[in-house]
Amino acid sequence: MERWLWLVPAAPLFGSTLLGLFGPALGNRISGLIGTASVGLSAVIAVAIACTWGGHDATHTLWSWVALPGFDVNIGLYLDPVSLLMMLVITVIGCLIHLFSTEYMDGEAGYSRFFAYLNLFVAAMLLLVLADDLLVLFVGWEGVGVCSYLLVGFWFGEAANGWAAQKSFVVTRIADIFMLVGLLLLSVDLGTLSIQPLLAAATAAWPHGGAVATLAAALLLIGGLGKSAQVPLQTWLPDAMAGPTPVSALIHAATMVTAGVYLVVRLHALFVLAPAVLAAIAFGAVVTLLVAAFAGLFQSDIKRVLAYSTMSQIGYMFLALGVGAWPAAMFHFLSHAVFKALLFLSAGAISMRLHHEQDIFKMGGLRRGIPVAFWCFLVGASALAALPVISCGFFSKEMILGFVWAAPGVGPALWGAAIFGALLTSIYIFRAVFIVFFGPVTTEVSGAYGLRIVLPLVVLSAAALTVGWLETPAFLGHREIFSAFLAPATGVVARLPVSPAIPLAGICVPLAGLGIAYGLYRSGFWHAQAARPAGALARLLRSGCGFDAVYDTLLTQPFFWTVRVLRHDPVDQCFGLLERGAILLHRGLRRSQGGKLRRYAGWLMAGSVATILLLAFG
Amino acid sequence: MIAWQLPAALAAALFLLGLLGLLARRSLVFVLMSIEIMVNATGLLFITAGMRWGNPDGQVMLIFVLNLAGAELALGLILILRLRARLTTLDGDAATLLRDT
Repeated sequence: MERWLWLVPAAPLFGSTLLGLFGPALGNRISGLIGTASVGLSAVIAVAIACTWGGHDATHTLWSWVALPGFDVNIGLYLDPVSLLMMLVITVIGCLIHLFSTEYMDGEAGYSRFFAYLNLFVAAMLLLVLADDLLVLFVGWEGVGVCSYLLVGFWFGEAANGWAAQKSFVVTRIADIFMLVGLLLLSVDLGTLSIQPLLAAATAAWPHGGAVATLAAALLLIGGLGKSAQVPLQTWLPDAMAGPTPVSALIHAATMVTAGVYLVVRLHALFVLAPAVLAAIAFGAVVTLLVAAFAGLFQSDIKRVLAYSTMSQIGYMFLALGVGAWPAAMFHFLSHAVFKALLFLSAGAISMRLHHEQDIFKMGGLRRGIPVAFWCFLVGASALAALPVISCGFFSKEMILGFVWAAPGVGPALWGAAIFGALLTSIYIFRAVFIVFFGPVTTEVSGAYGLRIVLPLVVLSAAALTVGWLETPAFLGHREIFSAFLAPATGVVARLPVSPAIPLAGICVPLAGLGIAYGLYRSGFWHAQAARPAGALARLLRSGCGFDAVYDTLLTQPFFWTVRVLRHDPVDQCFGLLERGAILLHRGLRRSQGGKLRRYAGWLMAGSVATILLLAFG
Repeated sequence: MIAWQLPAALAAALFLLGLLGLLARRSLVFVLMSIEIMVNATGLLFITAGMRWGNPDGQVMLIFVLNLAGAELALGLILILRLRARLTTLDGDAATLLRDT
């Protein structure tokens, strides 16, 4: 079955080409069918490969790309547990989201264009995770960036969407430049970019904590931070919600934004050589998850709540990476991909029925109006909040928190921040749940769901309730299916024993958050808070700690000022002076050319006399 | 021995006279005549110089200058005829076809 691996990225690519070339001629029905079927084919092949997989890593070289003396790049696919897991998540969730989109996007202009972009995105993302060579990975990396730009700006009729798309593109591009420099450094220093030989060479050549290793890891990390929307490059993600909701579900929640996590896991042997970078990852992750969690508390747009929760959850993944718990990060990636796709799709399903209303304070009492969306959103919210036992988020977050507590040195401090973040997460997501679904009905619900909406929601809900049981803590059976599966790729990362108080805190805190959110809802605090004008602190937290304003002042404004100055090309104007002087001279001198013969003769004579005088007396 | 200053002064006077005619007269025939006077003034100066230094080259140059003057006169007359055919006048100031502005 593995020999069909190339079809996994090729099928969506083919679908995208087909839709891109002939989409409008094919009509909406066929376009949706092609878009969904191509990803579905990938998903079927991926599942078949997973079922028949022999358990040993394999490289499938397709072509030679660059063959230079001492530097070869092959376009190859690499299959190991990590890439297999990523491939499965991307294709299966991608397929469900495509299916959802076929109904969600019904009646929108650019229907086939949407599926062409979405397919292209899936192809690029699959290339990213399957790439055997960092240069090929970079192609996929840039590919998802381009698709993100195209899809955020999908409704380009509104200028704000175009700006949001540009912002997401430019911010991630700044990060990508660092990543590219990191790749060049690796290729110059180690002579290869093929991942497995590169990791072996790096381990052999570079000392633990050496300067080159730290620099290379830091550069690659910055690339990952940009793509994964982590502090200080997180500002693009909330604005990226300008895209259609399925895009947010697929790109800005389930798959693309976890590319940074994947990169670090894939190159963890390199990052282990740079403990300073790992410490920076952990610290940055804590900052991100707290900033995002506070921002989530103050949002009124349901998609922005989810966007900040994505940032914060990826912060948890990076926190796990920072303490070297690679399986925990991947486990949280898996559960996050499931429940975040579920949350976004339910949010999309809700706004579909409310004429694309996204303000939670204009919703209310939807529990009875749209029970399907309510139950699905509730399952997603409980997973995000990590409600114990019933949700997958609990298991993955518990795993991360256990590793973080056991980390040497600052472990308990990081744990404290992370558990506080978990409390905030639980409060802000249930705040949204109570405001949207409970209380009096304030908006009229229209329309009905078709099977293509309900099926993905139900499948994702079922997954969100069950995938957590792949890996359970000691007091719930101590199952380790997931980390055993990843062990060949990530190495065995043993769980250190922690005191029972740690899992107990992990159980109590989300419930406490739920209680607080309910209490504040019952007392009418949330609505009152939204109704009165926000104070300075609330505005600061609402805007994600004001990163946008700072960047605007420090980077954007000076940049636009420079652009305004350079627009008229000051250097060219200096040369323009020469030109203008020549023209003035010309205007003066052309008056002497009057066509009068006698005057010419007179000047001729005067010139001769002057010359003779000059020669005689000069 | 005749003093050379006298013919040199005559040459200068002739030259200035021709120049004055060139600058002052508008009729192209007179202009051409003025040029001839100036050319002949230089011829006289060549003779005078040859006399002054006892060198026959001055007389050779005079013959050369006379030849040039004849050729130039022929060309000049042709141009004047052409110009007259075109502008129906002999006024030099009317011939401003090459002016800029």
